[in-house]
Amino acid sequence: MSAAKNKRTGAEAVEQKGWWLAHKWLILRRISQFSILALFLAGPWFGQWIVKGNLAYSYTLGFLPLTDPYVALQSMVTGHLPETLGLVGLAIVLVFYLLVGGRVFCSWVCPVNIVTDAAGWLRARLGIKGSSQLGRNTRYWILGMTFVGSALTGVVLWELINPVSMLHRGLIFGLGMAWSVVLAIFLFDLFVTSRGWCGRLCPVGAFYSLIGRWSPLRVSAPARAACNDCMDCFEVCPEPQVIRPALKGEGKGVGPVILSPNCTNCGRCIDVCSKDVFTFGLRFNNPVSTAQPAGAESEAR
Amino acid sequence: MKEMTAKTSKSGAARRQFIFDSAKMVCGVGMLGLGLGLYAKQSKALPALALRPPGALPEDDFLGACIRCGMCVRDCPYNTLELAKPETQVTTGTPFFTARNIPCEMCEDIPCIKACPTGALDHGLTDINKAKMGVAVLIDHETCLNFLGLRCDVCYRVCPVIDKAITLDMVPNTRTGRHAMFLPTVHSEHCTGCGKCEKSCVLEEAAIRILPPKLAKGELGKHYRVGWEEKSKAGHSLIDESKMVDLPDRLPEGAVLPGHYDPASGHTESMRGMPGSEAGAIPSLPPGLGGKP
Repeated sequence: MSAAKNKRTGAEAVEQKGWWLAHKWLILRRISQFSILALFLAGPWFGQWIVKGNLAYSYTLGFLPLTDPYVALQSMVTGHLPETLGLVGLAIVLVFYLLVGGRVFCSWVCPVNIVTDAAGWLRARLGIKGSSQLGRNTRYWILGMTFVGSALTGVVLWELINPVSMLHRGLIFGLGMAWSVVLAIFLFDLFVTSRGWCGRLCPVGAFYSLIGRWSPLRVSAPARAACNDCMDCFEVCPEPQVIRPALKGEGKGVGPVILSPNCTNCGRCIDVCSKDVFTFGLRFNNPVSTAQPAGAESEAR
Repeated sequence: MKEMTAKTSKSGAARRQFIFDSAKMVCGVGMLGLGLGLYAKQSKALPALALRPPGALPEDDFLGACIRCGMCVRDCPYNTLELAKPETQVTTGTPFFTARNIPCEMCEDIPCIKACPTGALDHGLTDINKAKMGVAVLIDHETCLNFLGLRCDVCYRVCPVIDKAITLDMVPNTRTGRHAMFLPTVHSEHCTGCGKCEKSCVLEEAAIRILPPKLAKGELGKHYRVGWEEKSKAGHSLIDESKMVDLPDRLPEGAVLPGHYDPASGHTESMRGMPGSEAGAIPSLPPGLGGKP
């Protein structure tokens, strides 16, 4: 760890695997985020109407409806049911995230992720250490509150202030003062609480993590025996608490698959690990003992 | 034994910690929820000049049903609708239009409703003429050009429901004494609130405006019956008019109202300029109206 202290996180991985392999998932993720945004913007900016709407509900090429289940559920709690297309879109999105992991939305789709990742990166570069106490469960309490509040007020409650939809809707339909909310989140993550928004407060992410509670697609550490404790994965992970059980669980009889629903499947740990400990895999492939096969696997690679 | 007490005290501490943590969350998040809830209540006050798309549910329901996707905005061919920005007075992300900027063109196929993935815009509304986005009100009688005696008529002529939603009612111009005024008169049952009248009003500030029906309309008490409507419904008067009792009228000493019927004496004053027209006089009508042939 002391050796890594002076080095940038992931520097070792760049040395060992080359720049591309040390940034692959990050780059793919950014491509995904910006492409989705581009699809939404092609209409209003260039008149190419591939996707209409925004993340709350969109209609692609006149046949694919997609509904945000969190907004739809808040609306349902107020006593209003979506129309058929809205319900079909809801089912499609639910099934998709059920399979690939709910928080894939956070790391591969959500535009705010780019903002909070930037804040996290800058926080690390500036060496800002202090972080105010804010439990990672707070978001689940806020999630519950938004449902109770929606039912009590009859208003889709979180949409009154939801920075995720404010930013996405703003980029497509006109930003207005929404930039100030986004800036506030950036500064909050930068100076107040490390990974504060996405990792502690955002009920959208909390909701998606519940959807992906049993998703088959997971990050796994099959080669955990090769871990040299450089801590780069913990440094770079937006939800570092999810790594430990899988990475260090061998002695406790815990398999190498990261099972926590809070894992966003961003794959950044795969990038920064110089020992290729991590990989995307299935949750079922979770043998407790990884010592032998892990050694063999890393040889094969 | 000692071990056991240690264990129970440990689990007791854990339980206490759990209760404290939960209380902390309930209180903190509860405060946020309270703030949001009050904000939600306030957000239901839609500004008077912000109009919802056709078929929109009442504001109370609309804010629960609308998921702020903007599909109605996209499918409006006239760019009438916009989504409220965070600093707009209208609830963030919800669709609205301002009649004075771009009014609703009342498309016959109502594409905005078709695009709506929720029930926020009532899919049961298929006839745009039955839409109720608001009600036009000729709000300023002091600046309306027709009230000034001019023949502007623009609001009347642009109305998509012309001669039903807005009519021109002719009344004598008492200022000149010899002209007529053609007063644009809104009939709320036919007005859809599209806003074309407000948009086209030639004044600097429109004298005719679309208001939410709640602001624009009075409401009779439930027990009120309008006599002439009941009469036409029944085909005859609901009371026996022959037994109508007219109370004596108090008039200043020596005052004479032409054509006035005084039930106390059973005497009817003669009509001005029409001597002996007693027969046709109607009891208690104001002077100049009663009994004219």
